[in-house]
This record gives sequence, C-alpha cells and structure tokens, in this order.
Amino acid sequence: MESKDGYKDGARMRISRLAIWRAAPGLMLFACALYVLVAPAAAQDWFRTGTGLGVSKPKVAVADFVSRNDASAAMAALFSDVVRNDLDYSGIVDLASKSFYPTQVPSVPMELNYQAWSDPPASAQFLAFGNLTVTDTSEEIQAWFNDVKNPTAPPVVGRVYHGDSNEEQTRRYAHQFADEIIARLSGGLPGVAATQIAFVSTRSGNKEIWAMDYDGANQHEITSLHSIALTPRWSPDADRIAFTCYPTAGSILSAQICVYSAVSSRLLNWPRYRGTNSSPAWSPDGTKVMFMSSMLGNPELFIAEADGSRPRRLTHSTGADTSAAWNPKTGQQVAFVSDRGGTPQLYTMDADGSEVQKVELPDMGYVIDPAWSPNGQLLAFSWRRPNGNYDLYVMDIATHALVELTRDAGRNERPSWAPDGRHMVFESTRTGTRQIWSMLADGSAVRPLTSAGQNESPNWSPK
Amino acid sequence: MRIRSVARVVLYGVIALAIVGVGCKHPAPVTPAAAPAPPPPPPQPTVTLQATPANVQRGQAATLRWSSTNATALTLAPGVGNVSPEGNTSVTPNDSVTYTITAMGPGGSATATARVTVTVPPPPPVAAAPAPSMEELFAKGVKDAYFDFDKADIRPDTRSALAETAGFLKSYPQVKVMIEGHCDERGSTEYNLALGDRRAQATKDFLVSLGVASDRMQTVSYGKERPFCTEHAEDCWQQNRRGHFLMVR
Repeated sequence: MESKDGYKDGARMRISRLAIWRAAPGLMLFACALYVLVAPAAAQDWFRTGTGLGVSKPKVAVADFVSRNDASAAMAALFSDVVRNDLDYSGIVDLASKSFYPTQVPSVPMELNYQAWSDPPASAQFLAFGNLTVTDTSEEIQAWFNDVKNPTAPPVVGRVYHGDSNEEQTRRYAHQFADEIIARLSGGLPGVAATQIAFVSTRSGNKEIWAMDYDGANQHEITSLHSIALTPRWSPDADRIAFTCYPTAGSILSAQICVYSAVSSRLLNWPRYRGTNSSPAWSPDGTKVMFMSSMLGNPELFIAEADGSRPRRLTHSTGADTSAAWNPKTGQQVAFVSDRGGTPQLYTMDADGSEVQKVELPDMGYVIDPAWSPNGQLLAFSWRRPNGNYDLYVMDIATHALVELTRDAGRNERPSWAPDGRHMVFESTRTGTRQIWSMLADGSAVRPLTSAGQNESPNWSPK
Repeated sequence: MRIRSVARVVLYGVIALAIVGVGCKHPAPVTPAAAPAPPPPPPQPTVTLQATPANVQRGQAATLRWSSTNATALTLAPGVGNVSPEGNTSVTPNDSVTYTITAMGPGGSATATARVTVTVPPPPPVAAAPAPSMEELFAKGVKDAYFDFDKADIRPDTRSALAETAGFLKSYPQVKVMIEGHCDERGSTEYNLALGDRRAQATKDFLVSLGVASDRMQTVSYGKERPFCTEHAEDCWQQNRRGHFLMVR
C-alpha cells in the first residue's frame, strides 16, 4: 500500500493525491489512485475526483458463453451478462464494447482465434469465454480467461462449475468466476462479486433486515419481527448479522441488540440491558461487540463479548456517544459519533476507551456515520455542512485530506465499504425516495440497487 | 126561431164547459208517446274514517278504521296510500296529524277525516353525565415535552408543560406512564436513537425533580422511527422532537 500526499500552494489550488487502491507490484496497470483537486476559490469547496487518471486499465472482452443445448440458452446468456457486469463494475478493467467483438465465438480454448480478439476493433488483452450445458437436474459450465495477446501462455483462469440448474446458482458461479479473474488481475485482492449487502427495508410493512447480492439481485427478507429492526452489521466471518431491535418483555419495550445467524437462519440469544441499546459493531476479530447503551443512564459506548456478556462502559460524556466503527486493519482504533461538543461530530479513541480525539474538519456542520476502509487508512462519513447538504466524504486518517464523493444529489448517508476497498454502498434520496446505491470509492460508477419501498442502512459483508 | 138560437147558445156553452171541465181533469199529454224512460243516476259514494285511540303518546300506535259504499278507489293519506273499500291499518305518527280518506266512484267522490293527536311524553329525568374516563383525564392533564434541534435540554415552555403533567400524576397516583423519546428526521438513525433516549430521560428526570416517583415512569427511545408528522419542514420537525407520554396499565 502506498499513500502519498502533497500540497502545492499556488494562486489557484491545492492538490493532494491519495492512493486508495492496492497497486500490485509488477502489474503497473492497476495502480488506481484518487486524485483530489480542490477547485478554484471562486467555486468554494468543489472537489473533483477521478480514478486511474493517466493509468490505462487492461481491456477485457467477455464472449457470449456458448450454450451446448437448447435448454441452456437462457442460463448461458445470464452467465455471460453477470460476468460482464461484474468485471465492468470491478473498477479495475476496461470492458471492450460488445459491438466490436468478432462474430466467431470460441466455446473451448481449441477454438480461440487469438488475433481476432486482440486486433482492432476489439483490441482486447484478455478474453473470458466458455460453454454451458443444462440437463434436467444440473448444469455444467466450462469457463476460461485467456491472455489473447500471448497465445502461448496457459489460461489465466480455467474452471469447471457443476451444480443445480437454476438462476441463483448460475449467478453464484458467474460471481465466483469473475472474482477469480479480478483477484488475478489485481494481484491477489479478492473481488466482491460473491459478497452480500444487508440493509433495512420497509417494503413488507415494518422496518425489517433484508439482504441482497452485491449487484442488487436476489433481494430477500431476513427478519420478520413486525416491529422495528435497524442498523444491521455483518460479523467478520459473515455468519451473523447484529442489529437494533425492539423486543417486548411484558410491558417493557426498549431498543436492544439482536443477533441473527445466517447459518441457522434464526436469532441467537443475546442479553437484554436496561435503557436503549443500539448500533452494534463487531471487532475485526469477531470476539467483541461495541454498542451504544443507556444501561447506566446516559447513552454511552459499551464493549461486550460477542455473546453479549460482560458489558463494560468505554465513554464518559454528558452527551450522546454512538455509531462505533472499528479500524478493520488494526482492531485497535474506533471512530464514533458524539455530540459532547454541541452537535454530532466524529471522534476517535482506542478500543479500550482511552485516547479520545476529535476529528477536526474545515467547518462544523453535522458529522455522522463513520465507516473505516478495509486498509484502515481512510474514514468515510456523511457530513451535513453548514450550507445544508448531506454528502459523503472520505478522509485520509494520516493527512486529513478530504474527498467529497457525492454532491447535489439528495441526501447521501450511511457509507459502508466493500471488502475490496474499491466499492462503497450508501443510502441516497436522489430519486425522491430513500434507496440503496453503490459506487466506486472515488464517487464514480454510481448504481441504484433497490427501488421498492424505502431502504436504508446498507452494510457490505466482509466476505 | 129566436128561442132556438138561445137554446143553441146555451147548448154550445154547456158543451164548451163540459169540454173545459173534462180537459181540466184529464190534460192531454205534451210529450210524444214514443220516447224511452231515462235510467236512474249512479249513487254517490260514501266513506267513513275513525282513529282509535284518537290520542296517543309519541311512539304509540293508533288504528285507522274505514268503510265505504259505492267507491271503487280509496286513498288514505298521508303515508298510507291506496286501500281496500273497507279495512283498518295501524299508524304511528310522530306528530299530531289529520288523516284523510278519499273515496272515488262513478257517482263522484267523498272524503272523511280523522285526527290522531300525538302527545310528547315528558323526557325522562336526565342521567348524570358519566365521569370522564381516565384516558380522557390523562389526555387533558398530561402535556408532552418539546425540544430544540439536537438538544435534550428542558426549555422554559417545556418546564410549564411538565409542571402540568406532574400535577396530574400527583393527583392520580395510580397512573403509570411510558415516556417515549422522539426526534426529527435529520441526523442518523443511530444518533437519533441516542438523542431520543436523552430526551425521554431528561423528561423523566424533570418530573422526578417535581416529586413524581421514578418507579412510575418507564422510558423508551424511538429515535426518528415513529414520527408524529412526516413533512420535511420545521413545523413538522418540532412536532417530532418530543417526550411523549403514554399511560401504562
């Protein structure tokens, strides 16, 4: 990982550059960097961002996978589309336009005409291709990824997938294949095509926890508690989701921590505490949960074992402390929100509650929703600046250099990083209703993932 | 000859008298003997109507009884309509009313009337108004606490509202309450859960300072999850920044 910054004090601008993404040694092509341009003073705080400025990305083509029988045509088309979408959305390749593809499509390496794909107009460096056979009960997919500029090299990826024949399974195989390609091209950093996003949706009448594939497919309800379920957070092994719930015990109703097991598909036992308990956050090693609780009177941050036992108070302030976010790299530092200074602002502390520091920003406003990048170097948050917007920002923890990721597009809140550090999911009201969107971590390639009902509080699974 | 003339005059005179006398006793018919005799005119219909009893209390029924002759159609008004030539029906007029029966036949029409006098009974003695329910008293006597943006401090106007609430709770020591802390839509879900908790707690603490027993009050924070108002404007936001009281059974 490299991180550089520099300040050039000129009449016009200050430039700082952040390298967010891992640049694989030997694969210069993928040195993806964030450029932060603080625009001329007349435009006030208008940041411009871009990925890979001056760096070319490998050009990749995805041939239509050949269906070996009539029954497999639909699945072959689905597989090709999902792989194409995954690679396009990875942010690390340049997808060759389909209209430039040669008409001859290989189904196996023997049939591959390297030059037809590497020459203009396709001009691809890599080609994904293969075939798909569907029988009554199963399907088999043969998939390859070849360097078409280098005919003597063995396939970069060669895989056979065999399993049930249905859309969900076909999508899963396509995501696995795409992730393998992305891992190879990015020098080992895994793709996120097989990850999940948990979120809160009102579409069944109450706020319940839902989950979906990273591309918005396969949206399904996880809880059915018929009260209020909020703030889902995946455990580091992605086996559990901790969230805020409102169970009743006799006449007592209060916010509590609930933990759902994705393995057993049920709620696990978690102790109830006095007062309001909310906003759980797993430690990166999965052994602890930090959460907000007013069990001793004032809303403070507490840390407990993963099963909820032995809660210990961490913060001591007259205001409200909540929204803990661990540094996933170190597990030692925690960012959180406190209004001890009058309005909600970001603070950091060590995981034992010591070393509390305010994160200083250029103006006050209202700062919420901290989310630490997987490499531990960047802090994303939502910031309502004095001019009234709600936008997402990324700050380099070491230099405090800032990048604005959204602007003039409704309220944008609740950023959550994908495990690759290249993608981010968030909630936005830019279409009029509150929905889940994803984007590359530089603010580009913004995509809607939900459209039904109101959807909020997305959390990207760590694996 | 002269005597004969006189006799002739007398004779003629007698004859003439005789003729006149007969004529007086038997005048000659003046109509032609050939024309038929005219039919007798149709008889005029008749109708009678009686109300029994003629005086009723409101809500009681009276019986109307009628009979008719020479009528082909009878109408009893108001409110009854066409009836048979003879019969009876029960009526329960709300107010005094005169019933009219009209009988029509070939010989003409006839009417008869009967009045039913309705007396309104004196109203029963008014029952004493029911005591207001505890819910009504609670809604009248308990005032919510309102807060400033991002704050959980008790404002001056909130102090007087809560003083009223405390007065009610001291007057009805059997009443227990749930205090819900609410926030407007601005700010994160998580921060508002914490802020709502502080508002509910501040509301409770203030009532404790006014002498309301702590164990009569529970608190819960709903953050921004259960707004009273969903517009995106300050009027609405102020409605949502509150400590809200619910009576607990």
